[in-house]
Amino acid sequence: MLTYAIKRAALAALILFVVMLAMYGMVFLVPGDPASVALGPRATPALKAMLTERMGLDQPVAVQIWRFFANAAQGDLGIDVWSKRPVLDQILEAFPQTLLLGTVALSWALTLGITVGVLAVVYRGTFIDRALGLVSVSFISVPSFVVAIYLLLIFAVWLQWLPAIGAGKAGDIPSQIKALILPSIAVGIGWVGYLARMVRASMLEIMAANHIRTARAFGLPERRVVTRYALRLAIVPTISVIAVGLGSILSSAVFVETVFSRPGIGTLITGAVFKRNYPVVMGTVLFTTAFYLLVITCADLLIAKLDPRVRDALAR
Amino acid sequence: MTEPLLEIDALNVTYHTDQGKLSALRGASLIARAGEVIGIVGESGCGKSTLAASVINLLPQAAEVTSGAVRYKGADILTLPPEAQRALRGQDIAMIFQDPMTAFNPVLTIGAQLIDFQHAAQIPRAEKLARARALLSRVGMPDPDLTLRRYPHQLSGGMRQRVAIAAALLMNPTILVADEPTTALDVTMEAQIIHLLRDLRRDYQGAILVITHHLGVVAELCDRVYVMYAGEVVEEARVDDLFHAPRHPYTRALIACDPGHFEQATPILPTIQGRLPDLRNPPTGCSFAPRCPLAEAICATPPPRVPISLTQSALCHKAGGQP
Amino acid sequence: MRWPANTRALRALIRDPMGLMGLVLVTLFILMAVAAPILAPYDPLALDVRAKLQSPSLAHWLGTDQLGRDTLSRIIYGARTALTIALTAIGLAGSIGILLGLIAGYGPRWLDAALVLIFDALNSLPMMMFALAIITVLGPGTGTLILVVVLVSIPGYARLIRAQTLTLRSADFIVAEQAIGASTPRILLMHLLPNVFGPLCIVLSMDIPVVIMLEAGLSYLNLGVKPPTPSWGNILYDGYTAIRTSSTLVIAAGAPLVLATLGFTFLGEGLRDALDPRFTTARP
Repeated sequence: MLTYAIKRAALAALILFVVMLAMYGMVFLVPGDPASVALGPRATPALKAMLTERMGLDQPVAVQIWRFFANAAQGDLGIDVWSKRPVLDQILEAFPQTLLLGTVALSWALTLGITVGVLAVVYRGTFIDRALGLVSVSFISVPSFVVAIYLLLIFAVWLQWLPAIGAGKAGDIPSQIKALILPSIAVGIGWVGYLARMVRASMLEIMAANHIRTARAFGLPERRVVTRYALRLAIVPTISVIAVGLGSILSSAVFVETVFSRPGIGTLITGAVFKRNYPVVMGTVLFTTAFYLLVITCADLLIAKLDPRVRDALAR
Repeated sequence: MTEPLLEIDALNVTYHTDQGKLSALRGASLIARAGEVIGIVGESGCGKSTLAASVINLLPQAAEVTSGAVRYKGADILTLPPEAQRALRGQDIAMIFQDPMTAFNPVLTIGAQLIDFQHAAQIPRAEKLARARALLSRVGMPDPDLTLRRYPHQLSGGMRQRVAIAAALLMNPTILVADEPTTALDVTMEAQIIHLLRDLRRDYQGAILVITHHLGVVAELCDRVYVMYAGEVVEEARVDDLFHAPRHPYTRALIACDPGHFEQATPILPTIQGRLPDLRNPPTGCSFAPRCPLAEAICATPPPRVPISLTQSALCHKAGGQP
Repeated sequence: MRWPANTRALRALIRDPMGLMGLVLVTLFILMAVAAPILAPYDPLALDVRAKLQSPSLAHWLGTDQLGRDTLSRIIYGARTALTIALTAIGLAGSIGILLGLIAGYGPRWLDAALVLIFDALNSLPMMMFALAIITVLGPGTGTLILVVVLVSIPGYARLIRAQTLTLRSADFIVAEQAIGASTPRILLMHLLPNVFGPLCIVLSMDIPVVIMLEAGLSYLNLGVKPPTPSWGNILYDGYTAIRTSSTLVIAAGAPLVLATLGFTFLGEGLRDALDPRFTTARP
């Protein structure tokens, strides 16, 4: 188990390295130097020279890449070209907001999604099951930013119940909660459908399994069969799905944060993309990718802990 | 004769499939008395597993009992309230399932499951554990304590089948139903499990139902046999009579095709020509007639159940004549 | 020879209300894209500063935007943009995915290992972050958008083809071909490709709504299709900036986007159920 954990961590580090190398490689493959591209029509020789130096572009490519990794390993993701603030500071400021949004969105989506999935299992084959299935598919396929804009239009512009922009005042918890409602609905809505479908499918599969019949054949009470024998197995795939789906939560956070002008990783990176602010973009990508890999790796380890079959397969 | 422990009476079971209704059991009847080992044989799809599942009323969702009764000690199980049915399961009537690979929950230890299966016993956990340990050594597990801590996938198929037998015996049931107990095993394992079951039946008071397609298992284990074909019991006999004086043409064909009975080497393995009838639309006459070498015009009408002796009968127009 | 099976699948699709609805929506969408010049009442780029941000009227069924352009015409042309980008990107990604998948599945082991590592690396990136990084480097535009989709989708397709190829390469008929000395390209083209094509097609068709969504999303962020080219995302953004004065634009641009993604998803689900009930993939 420990060797497996180490192996997984090493693989994650390798992937991270490959990814950043590819990103950096791309910068140098593109015609035109990044400094003048970033400056656009404003480029004066003096400005360009200053920016080139700040971005480290006057150094050989190998040195630039080496510096980037050496610094990143020490937690230094470079300096913002425009504001001169450390990139890591900006990320650490923005990330908790995105994490909060994602967590709240996922929490309500999990509650509703699992409920809908279990309802569909209970009423399987009936009209209710089909209706819930249709709703689930619709929720999955509707783009989160359209949901965000429509929610904003209805509840912030027309009804004026909830704030349209921002994350609420600092220290004012009720205002922060109010500001969180619409964005978390927009981020979570696809997950409701997705989780509902997954819970339904895995519960149906597990409830038809032979060992469930065995448990029933020994007269175990139905509730015990569901909670101890079925749910334990259904949880395992759910964990990995949630971990992998974190990537799509980040995607919808980018859109939803922009729509509601919420501070967060999404607004940070989109702002930097506009200004061609390489250090911030690279830093954010590195940070989120590292976080994503961390979550996926932890999820795999957790699954190995929960499922003895996986554990034994890994030990071999 | 003693009062039957189990009596299946003219049971009809229908499966609702996408292609329409399928009659899996058509008036199947069976009697099992205390101390008897009953064999139920037939090829795949003849309804023997449906019959086994109906004994504890654990038929699949799509199945429906359209008529008939399953009486345990005189009371119809099928009409009992669900709670009363559940109370019988595992306690009075226990199952040994076909596929030991999937019969146990993969994320719980053997010990946890064997303790769970004793949920109805009002005894301390330590006692349940001791009982599980005792039964594991009874079925020949070399290290019961280690087995209790193991997960199902860490045991071999044969070991899992032993554990399944131990599990079935936990609550001292009066009826033991073994659904294809040796099918998933290789020949050596099969011999060992048959040996174990023979060993167990010596001091077992209740009735054992062995469902199998393997005549060798029947010959070694059973007292009486029910031969099933297309959802019907086509012949009922003592095991000696069945092998020495089979009366139904299907039984004869089955015996002729059993490789275990060949005394000389044969270049071709004999098979029964033709296929099982379509049970979505069962024939009105004898269901074996299309494949039967003796079939005549009369076989298109429903065959009578012809009593041969007190213990033998066959569902055939031609069973009355010489064997 | 395969017609009876296909008509049966089509009939099963139409009998399923969800599949039928998907088929209708997608047909309407394609019709809109193909016949845009005939259907659109105005030039989607024609400015009319006197008639800006109008509410729906007989002259402008869906009103006008900040520059007085007819919203209905822009939406009809937006379908064209969305469909062109989706088909180009998916087609390209599919072709490259097939190539890389066949190479990984049939080629030498070291190459397979290297490709799988690259696929895994690409797969373990949060998609949106990766897309934004590429856009930073290359600058926004239709070409970049297509490249983003291609790069993001290739790993999935290539992995599918690779898995199919790996199971097929030990199949009897492939071994037989090798035994009679058939060349590797011949085996790949004549035998493997037709066999791996079917599953890929289902996955490709189910990815069309995802691409439409990504195109609109990035265009909404002004990082996709460049204005003034009509894209649903651009129109949505125009509507968003004017949301407090006029809600027509936002509603008009969001609705076709929702209907198109729903249509393609319903059609994809219906097709999958009609063709192969066992084949189920879901994506978060």
